[in-house]
Amino acid sequence: MQHGKYRFIVGFLTVPLALYAVFVIWPFIQSIYYSFTDWTGLSPDFKMVGFDNYTRMLKDDIFWKSLQHSVLLVLLLPLVTLGLALFFAFMLNVGGRRRKNATVSGVRGSSFYKIAYFFPQVLSIVIVALLFQFAYNPAGGVFNSALKAIGLGSVHPDWLGDPNLALICVMTVLIWSTVGFFVVLFSAGMASIPKDFYEAALLDGANRFTTFFKITLPLLWDTVQSGWVYMGILALGVEAFTAVQVMTVGPGGPDYSTTVLPLYVYQTAFRDGQAGYATTIGVGLLVVTMAFAAIVMRLGRRERLEF
Amino acid sequence: MGSTSAHNNEGLGRRDVIKRSAALGLISVPAMGFLSSCASGDSGGDKKVEKGKVSKTNPLGVNETAPLEVVIFDGGFGQQYAIDAEKKYNEAFPKAPKVKHVATQKIQSQLQPRFNGGTPPDLIDNSGAEQMDMGVLVGKKQLLDLTPLMDAPSIDDPSKKVRDTLRPGVLEMGQFDGDPVWIMYYAYTVYGVWYSQTALEKLDAEYPEDWDAMLALCAKAKKKGVAGWTYAGKYPYYLPFSLYPFIGKIGGREVLDKIDNLEPNAWKDPAVKAAFEAYYELYKKGYILQGTPGLTHIQSQTEWTKGKALFLPNGSWVENEAAPTTPKDFKMMVSAPSSLDSSDKLPFGTIWASGGEPFIVPANAKNPEGGMEQLRIMLSEESSKNFTQQVKSLSAFNGGTDGLTLSTAMQSGVDALKKAGDNVVNPRLQDWYVKLQKEQIGVAGIGEMMAGRATPAEAIKKIQAFADAAAKDQSIKHYKHQ
Repeated sequence: MQHGKYRFIVGFLTVPLALYAVFVIWPFIQSIYYSFTDWTGLSPDFKMVGFDNYTRMLKDDIFWKSLQHSVLLVLLLPLVTLGLALFFAFMLNVGGRRRKNATVSGVRGSSFYKIAYFFPQVLSIVIVALLFQFAYNPAGGVFNSALKAIGLGSVHPDWLGDPNLALICVMTVLIWSTVGFFVVLFSAGMASIPKDFYEAALLDGANRFTTFFKITLPLLWDTVQSGWVYMGILALGVEAFTAVQVMTVGPGGPDYSTTVLPLYVYQTAFRDGQAGYATTIGVGLLVVTMAFAAIVMRLGRRERLEF
Repeated sequence: MGSTSAHNNEGLGRRDVIKRSAALGLISVPAMGFLSSCASGDSGGDKKVEKGKVSKTNPLGVNETAPLEVVIFDGGFGQQYAIDAEKKYNEAFPKAPKVKHVATQKIQSQLQPRFNGGTPPDLIDNSGAEQMDMGVLVGKKQLLDLTPLMDAPSIDDPSKKVRDTLRPGVLEMGQFDGDPVWIMYYAYTVYGVWYSQTALEKLDAEYPEDWDAMLALCAKAKKKGVAGWTYAGKYPYYLPFSLYPFIGKIGGREVLDKIDNLEPNAWKDPAVKAAFEAYYELYKKGYILQGTPGLTHIQSQTEWTKGKALFLPNGSWVENEAAPTTPKDFKMMVSAPSSLDSSDKLPFGTIWASGGEPFIVPANAKNPEGGMEQLRIMLSEESSKNFTQQVKSLSAFNGGTDGLTLSTAMQSGVDALKKAGDNVVNPRLQDWYVKLQKEQIGVAGIGEMMAGRATPAEAIKKIQAFADAAAKDQSIKHYKHQ
């Protein structure tokens, strides 16, 4: 069936590829072009300025700060979220006490937990961020009220108002809102791992810890890897932007402690009327994203098991 | 799960497709493509309508049959006042089609493509979170000079020019460099220290006219478990609403002008230091409501209307914005900042007041005379009264409050303006250098100081560095006080 296969594939791919070229590739080329101009975004006349925007970017403290935070998000968010999700999923599917008629089972009430974990996923990130803004309110928010209720009234963090806590607060929200999705995703993955593997391992006297690292994780690796990519997109893209824009001081503060690259692009383009420079930062973000993609692809290469 | 094909003779494997599409998908994240679609449009293809005949009732020479398009920011002030004024336009020019009225909160996303394409509407209320940068618009010659409107006779009294019917500072605010007037600020905002008369009465106190009295009152309030001050900690650029006039009062107008002009060492002026130290003392003595650095403007206003704090730096929109949580007997008032001591250059009463709701007529509008005429109608006493009544704000029209029953907040605003007389200051940083004012001075400078994370000296040093950088930055347009 090799004959004419490529023609067949090409025939199917022309339209989507054309759309992709027009709506994705072309804007890219245009953005890179605009990054060499002094376009304001508010009038159609602009001129080429060569590498001015790029030299400016390299000297821009706020750019480096945003980059640092974005890189931190891209490293930490997937790690924590996926780690938590794996743990929860494992507990829900395999981690329970051994019961009759079943070699492995989840903790009691695991089907309820699945729904509970997934729940934040149905809320848009804007709503989640707004809700947490109320929770983080130092005067009468949930967190400080809870601290007061357990007799820790003298500990009253300013949460988002404290530069040392603000980024952590933002990350917590992002983790809270995404972990459920991965719990469900990993649960589905774990459900498809044959039970005999666990049985065999248990017969050999493996404990939960060993079964997780020797059986569950290797067989789930593909799913974890796509989760990693997805979390990376989220940490560099719209979710991180939204959470910072909606919740933080300024936004981006206090004192630039939470600013991230997409926010800086947005502020430069739409607040400062410097769309040319904003596209330059956008190109910087592109480089970070490509680097992330390359690393994930490389790290993800592994021997594959068939079952 | 897990069973991936190893049949390499299949050409594009499923895994490869997934891999590649994932890689391509990743690239698309930072795409700025949405921006690029609009910049390359051609400019100003359409012709303007012909000018009409100039007459006594039509001093601007409006084409009587031409259509008019008005875009209103549908925010705190709503849009009804504009619709009412548009009706007046149609009454004046019965042959013109009904004014096309567009109300939106997305000024920038709706209008930016039209500016880029050279087909903007005739009159825009360029306000709200999506305000278009006015400095850039002026710099790129996208706005019409409103001088003909300023020199036109006013509707109520043809012997008076429109420019003579405006409140102090409104016209100057519309200028950027030189005489042309690019912006007509329609609302008039009084900034200052807001308080509840009832709360002060409970403490047997009057509004403190000098700083010692202020500290004494805060100490008294603290004993009763009430904080002295709160502010929008998440948006600390609310603090300048009372801090800047305070600086101006201590050191005179020139200090504020120097700051606006980004002159070297402008922030090192002793008046700035004195004012910063006075405010820092509020923090040090614990007179700031606990948790304030983490409050939004709404949350801080709510704490304030709940009676948890006495004073709040804010603008006159706060009455409307805080209305849902304000108790009936609150008696909201505004005052000019207290004196620091008797050596202040300007008397007690010196206040910051300025225009709000910037209206602009685009240079490429099809019916620019119509846009200006619509503004002239809005600046009549009748329209102004209508505006004040509907949105509880003063307008740029000087007067227009006679015969209206005003709330305590508005009345105190009118009284404060009367008391100030000529001593109305108008710092311009917030409309000239938005980033510098909000993000750098506001959040990173004053905000850090009031949260206790920087001393006044450190904050001043930091702010001076920001101002110097802004003065040197060639990518932003610079302005000077005339």
